[in-house]
Amino acid sequence: MTPATAGALLTLAHPALERSRANRVLAKAAKALSGVTFHDLYETYPDFSIDIEAEQQRLVDHDIIALQFPLFWYSPPALMKEWLDLVWLHGFAYGLGGDALAGKRLFVACTTGGPAQAYHAKGYNRFTLDEFLRPLEQTAYLCGMVWETPFVVHGAAMKDDEQLKAEALRYQARMSALLAADHAAEGA
Amino acid sequence: MEPFLKQTLVYLGAAVISVPIAKRLGLGSVLGYLIAGVLIGPAMLSLVGEQHDVMRFAEFGVVILLFLIGLEVRPSTLWEMRKTIFGLGGAQVVGTALAVAAVGYLLSLPWQTALAVGLVLAMSSTAIVLQTLDEKGLRQGPVGRAAFGVLLLQDLAVIPMFALLPLLATVAPDVHAGDAGGHGASLISHLPAWAQGLAVLGAVGVVVGSGRFVVRPIFRFIAEARLREIFTAAALLIVVGVAGLMQSVGLSPALGAFLAGVVLAESEFRRELETDIEPFRGLLLGLFFITVGAGIDLTLIARQPLTLIGLVLGLMVLKFAVMFGIARIAGAQGRSAAAVATALAQGGEFAFVLLSFTVGAGVIGADLAALLTATVAVSMALTPVAMILYERIAELMNAAIADVDAEAPNFDEGEPDIIIAGFGRFGQITGRLLQANGFKSTVLDSDIEQIELLRRFGRRVHYGDATRLDLLRAAGAEHARMLIVALDDREKTAELVETARKAFPNLIILARAWDRRHAYDLLANGADAVERESFEAALALGSTALQKLGFRAHKAYRATSFFRRHDRKTFEDLKPMWGQEEAYILASRDAAQTMDRLLAADLARMRPGEAGGAWDTAARDEELRKLAQRQGRSGGEAEPAEADGWTGTPPQG
Repeated sequence: MTPATAGALLTLAHPALERSRANRVLAKAAKALSGVTFHDLYETYPDFSIDIEAEQQRLVDHDIIALQFPLFWYSPPALMKEWLDLVWLHGFAYGLGGDALAGKRLFVACTTGGPAQAYHAKGYNRFTLDEFLRPLEQTAYLCGMVWETPFVVHGAAMKDDEQLKAEALRYQARMSALLAADHAAEGA
Repeated sequence: MEPFLKQTLVYLGAAVISVPIAKRLGLGSVLGYLIAGVLIGPAMLSLVGEQHDVMRFAEFGVVILLFLIGLEVRPSTLWEMRKTIFGLGGAQVVGTALAVAAVGYLLSLPWQTALAVGLVLAMSSTAIVLQTLDEKGLRQGPVGRAAFGVLLLQDLAVIPMFALLPLLATVAPDVHAGDAGGHGASLISHLPAWAQGLAVLGAVGVVVGSGRFVVRPIFRFIAEARLREIFTAAALLIVVGVAGLMQSVGLSPALGAFLAGVVLAESEFRRELETDIEPFRGLLLGLFFITVGAGIDLTLIARQPLTLIGLVLGLMVLKFAVMFGIARIAGAQGRSAAAVATALAQGGEFAFVLLSFTVGAGVIGADLAALLTATVAVSMALTPVAMILYERIAELMNAAIADVDAEAPNFDEGEPDIIIAGFGRFGQITGRLLQANGFKSTVLDSDIEQIELLRRFGRRVHYGDATRLDLLRAAGAEHARMLIVALDDREKTAELVETARKAFPNLIILARAWDRRHAYDLLANGADAVERESFEAALALGSTALQKLGFRAHKAYRATSFFRRHDRKTFEDLKPMWGQEEAYILASRDAAQTMDRLLAADLARMRPGEAGGAWDTAARDEELRKLAQRQGRSGGEAEPAEADGWTGTPPQG
């Protein structure tokens, strides 16, 4: 790893960001922070043909890997999955010699359409959101990364502008805290 | 000097001196022309003699104006405007005529004369109103739309007025004076009424029919011959011909020209016609305004100043009040109603014609007619002043009244978002994609056969050479967002990009380039983005080739994307080098080598027979194999990475 690594890579996947209310507001709030590199996957790779080298370099260059997405069918949107499949390769992210991401933090920020009570053993989604995010948590583990508590906005579609604004501030604060912790670690 | 030369010198000189000054002073060009007219007229410098011939020539400016307006109005638009035209326009004519007649009656005119005066003064000046609105950029808005509707009905109303006015005669008609305006008299005036009606219908039929079936083939023929000046001549010929035909059956030539314009509005030649005739409109209208200015009888004003001032102000206030009321009733905002009413508060050029006609028919006395003629002329001259005054007042009130008009819909189809130059095999595909996504485009093409074909498929394509700046302007380049250059000609493409970049700095210009060299040239000349015309198609063919050679579809797709990405990157990387031959060639060779190397690497990763293309598990498989060898069996339960149990996919935990 080069010593020049710093900051957060905010990788966003939303196939229709122009129609999204929550994710736009959230991304805007996080983007405003210094130390955040914003990376919009659907904007960069509309044809799904991902530039693997460039993506790997981006990951290497940052200490915090933040993934922001709306939950589609209990998973990240297709392009984010494709991005994981293509970029987080054996020998790079995991496996023999695959330590490029070791020690970095993986931070998931995710929005759901359903209300919080739906993500519960007794709710109609039957599992908690933490359980749905297990694959990503395990990815972090396999890559030797630190799994940060996810930031979740439930029932994003039902929130009004004021509520979304509050969520955006909460998100911004969370991201700031991560950056500050990262900064402190750098200094140490 | 020959009288003709002298006259030309005087008119042109007066215009060239006074119009720019008036414009600089914020008075607008119409006022400039009118002042120039007053200055050179008999009352002041008396540089021009008999006005009548010049006046007739100048009235042709109004004819051309209406032809051009007609070109902008599709029959469908006209139909949509029927409420404005007949409702607003009809109410204005009837309302103003009655109001003026009532005042006249109170001033102890006989009721017949009062009514005739009312009808005559109900007319407004198409030329002055539209020119003034144009200059203020109000033509396309709700104000311009309403004013235009009213003016159109007035032009229509002239026809029944010619029939109606003689019935109001109080004294024996003076047969000779009827010729004065040139409109009242016609070739068919000696025919019985039914034959006249038939002739009128016939003339309209000829205009509509020939617009559809004769004019277009002729234009097509001329367009194929590529003779621009003959195209212009043909365009003028149409206007003159229609005007003459209409006049011969006693209809307004301006109305005829408007009709001809409407008929041709749907044609592919609309933009080119507009562009070719435009300069004539400006000059002839200017001449018209000068003659109006010169026709203002200052001696009459000097003799009866108070009467005239009273008449002018009375007329304008009355017309304003009636129009304002009607517009308000029709649901217009206070501000737009005031703007329309101000714009239409003068007498019109038809008033001159109708006045001389009524004198001839014995409806209005010659003295009264002279007074009214002066009133109308002065009110015309005051229109631009009134508009300036209105604007000042509106500005003052601006703080109090919010501008609601801004959101009102446009009069015409609206400005296009995109202009597409060249609608051949390339432009069409781009155009279809954009149109399918809701963007309005104006298409220009100069291949007449192609246009024919496309029109048969229902596409709206205009004839014209897009490298002409004036034509681009007519197509709306000043307000459009984007110009797409898809011409079938390398040189013309470069020329158009350069011209358009200079003239319209805000326009986004995209161009189809031949090859890489052409692409660099276009970018250097101001194109915002280029696409090498054969690039994507060639890639698509290459991708198909890969599939036929045994690649799976997605792998072929990926290989193609990979190539595209690197080629585009090289294109960008080498851009600064373009123009320095040596450096470019060196760098280009270098880039080609890099590309080969990268492609080879990517291909190696995607070699057929190996696991999963770029979802590269080769390294992992190798590692697992070694592990299995160490443990003496295939696969290792302990390793998290193989938990998915089969190759070709990334770890799934």
